[in-house]
Amino acid sequence: MASFEETGPRNPVTESIRVDKVHPRARFLDNARAIFVLILALIGLIPVLAMGLTAFKSRADVVAVPPKIAFEPTLEGFVFLLTERSQLSGTKLEEAKANADDLGLFGQIALRNGQRINGPSDYVTRLWNSLIIAGGSTIISVVLGLFAAYAFSRFDIPGKDDLLFFILSTRMLPAVVVTIPLFLMFRQLGLFDTHLGMILLYTVFNLSLTVWLLKGFIDEIPREYEEAALVDGYTRFQAFYKIVLPQAATGIAATTVFSLIFAWNEYAFALMLTSNNARTAPPAIATMLGRGGIEWSAIAAGTLTFLIPVVIITFALRRHLLRGVTFGAIRQ
Amino acid sequence: MSDVTLKHITKRFRDVTALRDVSFEIADGEFFVLLGQTGAGKTTTLRVIAGLEQHDEGQLLFDGELVDNLTPADRDVAFVFQQYSLYPTMSVYDNLAFPLRSPMRKTPEAEIRQRVQSAAETLRINHLLDRKTAHLSGGEMQRVSIGRAIVREPRIYLMDEPLSNLDAKLREALRVELQHLQKTQGSTTLFVTHDQVEALTMADRIGVLDQGQLVQVGSPDDIYDRPATTFVAQLVGTPGINLLPANRQNGSLIVKDSSIQLPKQSGSDNVPADFILGVRPEDVQPSPNGNFAGEVRLIEPLGVETILHIKSGQQSLLSIVTGMASWTIGEPVRFNIAGDRVHYFANDGKRVS
Repeated sequence: MASFEETGPRNPVTESIRVDKVHPRARFLDNARAIFVLILALIGLIPVLAMGLTAFKSRADVVAVPPKIAFEPTLEGFVFLLTERSQLSGTKLEEAKANADDLGLFGQIALRNGQRINGPSDYVTRLWNSLIIAGGSTIISVVLGLFAAYAFSRFDIPGKDDLLFFILSTRMLPAVVVTIPLFLMFRQLGLFDTHLGMILLYTVFNLSLTVWLLKGFIDEIPREYEEAALVDGYTRFQAFYKIVLPQAATGIAATTVFSLIFAWNEYAFALMLTSNNARTAPPAIATMLGRGGIEWSAIAAGTLTFLIPVVIITFALRRHLLRGVTFGAIRQ
Repeated sequence: MSDVTLKHITKRFRDVTALRDVSFEIADGEFFVLLGQTGAGKTTTLRVIAGLEQHDEGQLLFDGELVDNLTPADRDVAFVFQQYSLYPTMSVYDNLAFPLRSPMRKTPEAEIRQRVQSAAETLRINHLLDRKTAHLSGGEMQRVSIGRAIVREPRIYLMDEPLSNLDAKLREALRVELQHLQKTQGSTTLFVTHDQVEALTMADRIGVLDQGQLVQVGSPDDIYDRPATTFVAQLVGTPGINLLPANRQNGSLIVKDSSIQLPKQSGSDNVPADFILGVRPEDVQPSPNGNFAGEVRLIEPLGVETILHIKSGQQSLLSIVTGMASWTIGEPVRFNIAGDRVHYFANDGKRVS
């Protein structure tokens, strides 16, 4: 009989971390699968790509049919997006052109369209609002969710299952159903169009998600670690801080990203419950219209700048998003 | 080091009574082993002493002081867990230093370094100090986990089957080391195991737990030679003790459904008419002129000794003989029973003497 080393395992091994053990057919399947997923991803990315290109197109190029793939990139869209301008004419325009050298990059681009920059646009404020509201509500809901999840995971709480279901049930109502009551309540309480109101609202919505997600992650951390810390001379809070928190980092990162994405992208409530002071970017982009036609490049530029923070955070936390960082020192 | 006293400890989990009126004392510097099967309540006892579980009834005293209401941190005990429980995000050094860095101890960093070094040397793990715990073997992990207990001077060491996840060779080696460590440090240790060999070899005294109740406390000799119940008798000794239903007629002891009949023994006066006769396999010895007749049913050669399964009438007996024996299955055999070393149990399992 031929030895195992020469012929390999009799049945194809399709899943293994050892490359030399995997049957060639399985390796081919793996590659085929990877290519298939890559193609799907590319198809999914086409709109994003189109948006990215549009953001750098000039007014003329945006509406060209067929769409131009090769074009001269311009920051026009960003200028429209981020600045408030006024139209110049006659002698004022000549005057401005003469002093063009004193203008910054944005100013020169505006001048090419015969415009003068008067100051930053509302969109800058909207983006700032989005950051404060999404960031604030994410931090609060993750911190609260962490404590709640720890308690649900570790302590004997009467009616634990019912409470958990109750928390989840806040997610079962479609947003549209509660907007009108919320609007009335917010107006009564003076929360309408305030940052605090929006932070509270998103925190409430995110809490059910964070509690459930984090409970799952904390459940997987064996109690023995904390018990060892308790015996080693630490209080429960110290044990939580020193032992549980580092091991829950993966879960906290994932929860933070999910929670942030929800709050960052939320549109319907933001449209209904804010007007000017606390309006966030999503409804602002949707209502962005230029003078004399829709400024597609400005909208694309707005969407692009809107995507960037989430991409940066997801990228920064990507290592934690991969599971299995901390397995090992407990033998099952 | 301290002495520890448990007084009438009862612990319930909802409807299940895990510990029922457990009382025993561990003297200062004593190596006390709790022996019992899975689910007997051994680990619960440890956790109650450590303060990880609160007992429902009874009192727990360290050095005569009540510690019932103290937190685990304030009880100042060291716990070695079965699953090692090394902190995975820390290096071996940090794991060992962790108890000393506790805010309630505030050990200076220089002293921590010195204590960690000396503990690491004792356990021969100084070359591992910089490693992450996930990259250690099982034996190394358990050493680190024991190291985390010995870096400070706790009032008592609590060890929850620390050797049971190791392979046989390593277990023996670490067993000897642990014993050496305990004797040189004179530390009070409560060691939990289901392995009778560990219990008999390591213990100063053994407590046998069965279904949450303490059945017997005594030295290894007591437990082996004077088991309080058939349960204890079966728990210690390999191969297990022979338990034969028997009755007493005119002083002589007759094993039912067999030809075995022992003459009146010195200790057998109080034995009831119907009882259980316990005979250790080493007390059943084949001999050409033996008093009893039987038949060899199975042979298990172990090298140093051989286990013979002998059938006599309807009863089966185990016998252990030294060396490799040259029996064949089905062969008739004559054997003797050391009548002065047999055990008598009432039918409810209690020892009669």
